[in-house]
This record gives sequence, structure tokens and C-alpha cells, in this order.
Amino acid sequence: MSAKIFSKDEWAGVLEGLKDAYEVYVPVKEGDFHNFRPLKEGTRPSFEFQNTRMSPKFLTEPQSERMFEYTLDKNQPDAHILKEDEKEIPPRAVVGIRPCDAFAFQLVKRNFDTPRYKDPYWLKRYEATTFVGLGCNDPCETCFCASAGSGPFDRKGLDVLLYDLGDAYLAQPLTDKGEALLEKTDGGKEADEASWKKAQGLTRQVAGKGSRRVSTDKLREKDVNALYEAPFWEDVAFSCINCGTCTFLCPTCWCFDIQDEVQMLPMVGDRMRNWDSCMFPLFTLHGSGHNPRSSKTERVRQRFMHKLKYYVDKYDDGIQCVGCGRCVQFCPVNIDIREIAEKMNAL
Amino acid sequence: MIEYTEKIREIAKKLLEEGTVDAFIGYKKGSVPMMNEPVLVRDPADVDVLHWDSNCGLNLCNYLTGRTDKVGILATGCNSRNIVTHVIENQADRERLYIVGVPCTGVINHRAVKRAVKGREITEVVEEPGGERFTVKGPGYEETFEKADFLQLNCATCRHRNPVEYDELVAEEVPEQQAVQAFKDVEKIEQMEPQKKWDFFERAISSCIRCYACRNACPLCYCPTCFVDESKPQWVGKSIDPADTMTFHFLRAYHCAGRCTDCGACERACPVGIPVRQFTKKLNKDCIELFDWEAGLSLDSRPPLDVYRKEDPNDFIR
Repeated sequence: MSAKIFSKDEWAGVLEGLKDAYEVYVPVKEGDFHNFRPLKEGTRPSFEFQNTRMSPKFLTEPQSERMFEYTLDKNQPDAHILKEDEKEIPPRAVVGIRPCDAFAFQLVKRNFDTPRYKDPYWLKRYEATTFVGLGCNDPCETCFCASAGSGPFDRKGLDVLLYDLGDAYLAQPLTDKGEALLEKTDGGKEADEASWKKAQGLTRQVAGKGSRRVSTDKLREKDVNALYEAPFWEDVAFSCINCGTCTFLCPTCWCFDIQDEVQMLPMVGDRMRNWDSCMFPLFTLHGSGHNPRSSKTERVRQRFMHKLKYYVDKYDDGIQCVGCGRCVQFCPVNIDIREIAEKMNAL
Repeated sequence: MIEYTEKIREIAKKLLEEGTVDAFIGYKKGSVPMMNEPVLVRDPADVDVLHWDSNCGLNLCNYLTGRTDKVGILATGCNSRNIVTHVIENQADRERLYIVGVPCTGVINHRAVKRAVKGREITEVVEEPGGERFTVKGPGYEETFEKADFLQLNCATCRHRNPVEYDELVAEEVPEQQAVQAFKDVEKIEQMEPQKKWDFFERAISSCIRCYACRNACPLCYCPTCFVDESKPQWVGKSIDPADTMTFHFLRAYHCAGRCTDCGACERACPVGIPVRQFTKKLNKDCIELFDWEAGLSLDSRPPLDVYRKEDPNDFIR
């Protein structure tokens, strides 16, 4: 199937129409910022945004999810038996996801889909999702996607790419999943030559503006111990308050913690999986009371080493960062991964 | 306040050179507009990284906890009150501190600025010396605003702009704001029906992601292990169940009762814009009404929940 063009006047109807086949997630303005929300009655999608405040990683990894439930009541025949929380994951489409965030799913997938381990929760959701990207006409000052393996109109991880042509969206299918979605859309017409030209012009224009370059080219060849022992970590970590803003907003941070939440009367429990953060002391606290990363400097170093060195070495396929710039923008104390990458690269 | 920068560098240099302090805690200019980064300087040759303007919104007192060296530290009115509280609570030793007082005219509310430019990208914010106006620049636009209209909410109602405890001031004291009605917002909530009040709180925390930026930005939160991180027993669930999130916010606020200086660092740090000060402010108001107490004004008196006085109100005992 070829690309389609949708006028902005019909766009709301197009999204609405997709609801027959998909659970549709759209950017919604909530106070000062946007987030992805399911399109329900009364939801007002808003595509006037640079990026959403929270990354869309919750689509495959909700901040909290119940994995199992159980009873501890010994009088029950199923006492102490973990019962899986059956989840219905209908086909879903996320519309308006930025290319950087879509690429992030590919990076995170390396952890949830390995030859040895397949995470059913993550994979089920991932496979059920169609990613409809929206090219970035106006990349943020804080982003550096082009230095992080992505780009304002990058297609990796997307099923459809939308170009915002001002009064219309050009929708280019990139995969079978994307074609299937476009086939289900009402309205629109086949993209003409003029629209394509406009889209190409847009891509060139944005590329011409150039996003900030961050050097990561020497990270692979650096000695891991030398980086670990680098003299700058204490200075880098000084201002850190060890909150979870960077990791929770990050589209490529995927660490989680598994916790049992038990209540009395009746004695039942839920086994929960919650986002966790390497910034928190509890992240590495052992049952013995020992904490191998007890200082904030160690924790800050871990975050950057993990993203910018350990992953680089492990997969030999770039950094575990897509350059979305959220951590740069919202770190309460202005710790800037761009500056730290430069420091590490230059050591 | 940008004109303080030179003087701050000069003072820090002298203190480090003369060995009065081993390290100096201040701010450096941030890599992002309206975000400055706390910094520690040890070498007098490095003092030029120090910077001051109306975007120094984190509370530097955070960085004193657990230090055993001699440190110089910048302190605005509220920051100095937190340092006093730290000293009273044995988290810092006054003898080892050299407090450089910064008479403060308030921190710019970066969210309000973003709103005022209708969410457009901001590439630079330039503050005029004297600091009454600042200019916001972005792709294809430039707008100048009056700082007084864009103060952080806590700064707009601040009654202690000048440091209360210091060894030296970077400039003459600034006039304190008169006839400030600090608690109008709290009164509005107090007057709500219980259900409306509850709805207000639920709405307020609905976007919370439990990142604990509010807690960690607060100099009062120095416990080695916070109650939310305890696992034996576990006081609070770790999911984003509203009951757990609410428990966290309320208990955090109560732990700050009689200690909070309304510095605004918590609200500034929140990545999802929760009005966290609404919780602590109610308790600040109670402390004024019940104990005639504002935190951190003197090294000689202990916070009200820490002492017993015969004249403490006891109307609640019936």
C-alpha cells in the first residue's frame, strides 16, 4: 500500500475510526505538558507538542503492574499458589510517538527479548502495538537524537511515519503492521507528488538546522576500568540529589523491582512489578544490609557507565540512549548527559 | 541578582586562598535556561565557574549534610533558615561553616515563563543587572518580562528575603516584602468541604510518579533511610496506588512540620508539576497560629514539635 495523506480537519475522525480495531493512544495536554493517553470519549488529542513529558515506555512496561495474586489463607485449597494475573492486551496503536521514543523500544527490547529469556509481559504488549511516529519538525534544544542513533525523521522501530505538512499529515507505511493500520483508516487520499516533495523538503530543512552533536565515538575503545576510575565522577555527582526523575522519564531505562504486597483479613497478596531506579539506594541494597553502591557518586557513575559504556561494550551497537533530552531538561539540578558523554569520550 | 556573581567569586577566592574554608558551595550557570547547577569549588583557581542569578532555586543546605570539612556556602533568606535548622538538628556544625549571605529578590518561576511564551522553545534567558526585568529568547522571538510577575509562588509571598544567619553578605540587605498574604491558598483549601478537599488532594497527586525529587530536593529530608524505603517493616507500598502515593506526600509533609522554610525547592524539582508546597504550607500556617513559630529564624530556639512549653495550646484535649 502506498502512502496516504490526511487533512488535519479529518484527522480527529481518522483517530476515532481507528478505535474499532485498536486501543488508540494519543498525546493529550495535561496542564503544562503532554502525555500519551488512551483515546476515550472526551479525550482531546493534541499534536502541538515537542515531546511528551513521560516517555511512552509505559506502553510495554507500566510503572506498576500486578503479575500474580495469591492467598495465604491455609484453609483455602489454593493457599500459597501464585496465580498469574491474566491480561487482555488488545491490538493497540500509539499515534504521534516521536522517532527517538520509538527507537527506544528497540534498545529496550534487547533486554526483554533475548535468546534465553523472553519477558512475556513486555513482549505481549510490544507485539500488540503498532507504532505510528510523528516526525520532528521542531526538535527540542535539549535533544541530540542524531548523535544517538536516531533522528527527527528516523524510521527505526516505527510502523508508520507521519510528516506534519502544516495542513495535513502524510502517512508513510513502513511495515506490514503499518500497512494494515493505514488500510483500516477512513478518509484520506493517496499521497501525491507535491506532498512527497513537501515532506522531503521538511526533512532536509530540519536536518539542515542540525541538532546538537554529542561525541560518543571513542567510548567503545576506552578501557572500562579507566572510565570507572575516571577522576570526574565525584564532581559530576556532587549536585545529584538521587531522585528518580532521569530514570523514570527516560525511554531507555527499564529496570524494575518485584515486590509482594500482602494484606491482612483476608490474607491475600499481589506480586507487583514496579519501575525501579539505580539512583535509589534501595536498588542495590542486599538482604544482609550491605549495599555495594552505597554512595551517590557510585550510583551516578553506574547510570552513565551503564548507558554509555557497559551497553556499548555488551551489544557493540551504540549507546543505550536515544537523545530525547528529557533528563537534560528535567533534572532538578541540571546534570547534563551530553556533557558527561563528552567527558567520558575525551578521557 | 546577576550582579552578585563577581562579588561571590571574589569572596570564595579569598576564603579558599586564606584557608578559611576547604571548599565552597555555590552555583554554576546551567546548560539549560533557568536551571543552574549546584557546584563545589575547592581550588581558588576555579572560582570563576561560580554564578548567581534568579534561577538558583535548589536549596544548597542539602549539600551540607554529613560534611566534616570547613565549607563556605551561599545562603539566601530561606537557605540560611535551613542551615540554622540543620545546625539545631545537629546536621551541620556552625563552627565549620562560613555562611555567605545572599539578599534575595526571588527565584524566577520557570514554568510560568514557559507558559508566558506559550510553550515555545526557550534558548536563553538574560537577566538585567538590578534584576527587575529579564528577556527570554527563542527561535524567532524575544520577549521581556518583569521579574516581579514571574516569581516562584513561595518567593512571591516570602517574608525573609535576607539571610538570618551569616558571616558576610554579598550585598546590602534588600527590603522585605510588606503586607504579604502568605496563606491565601491554604485558607481556600481549609474552607473546602471534606469531600472537595479530598478531591483536591487526589487531583494534586494524580500525576505523581514516585520519583521522590520533592523529598530529595528538601534539606529537611536527611534521614539515612526514609520511611518509604524501609522494607522491614514496609510502611508504604511501592506501586503508584493512590493510597500509597498520598501516604508518601502527607507523611513527608508532616515530617517537615515546624521545620519547613517554604524554600520551594520541592515544587521546583517536581518533574510533573505537583503543587507539593500546598501540603507543607498548611503545617507552616499551623505552626504560626499555634506556636507563633517560623522555622530557622534563630540558633537559640528549638522547633515546636521538639520542645514542651507549658503555654503550648492544648484545646484539643477535652
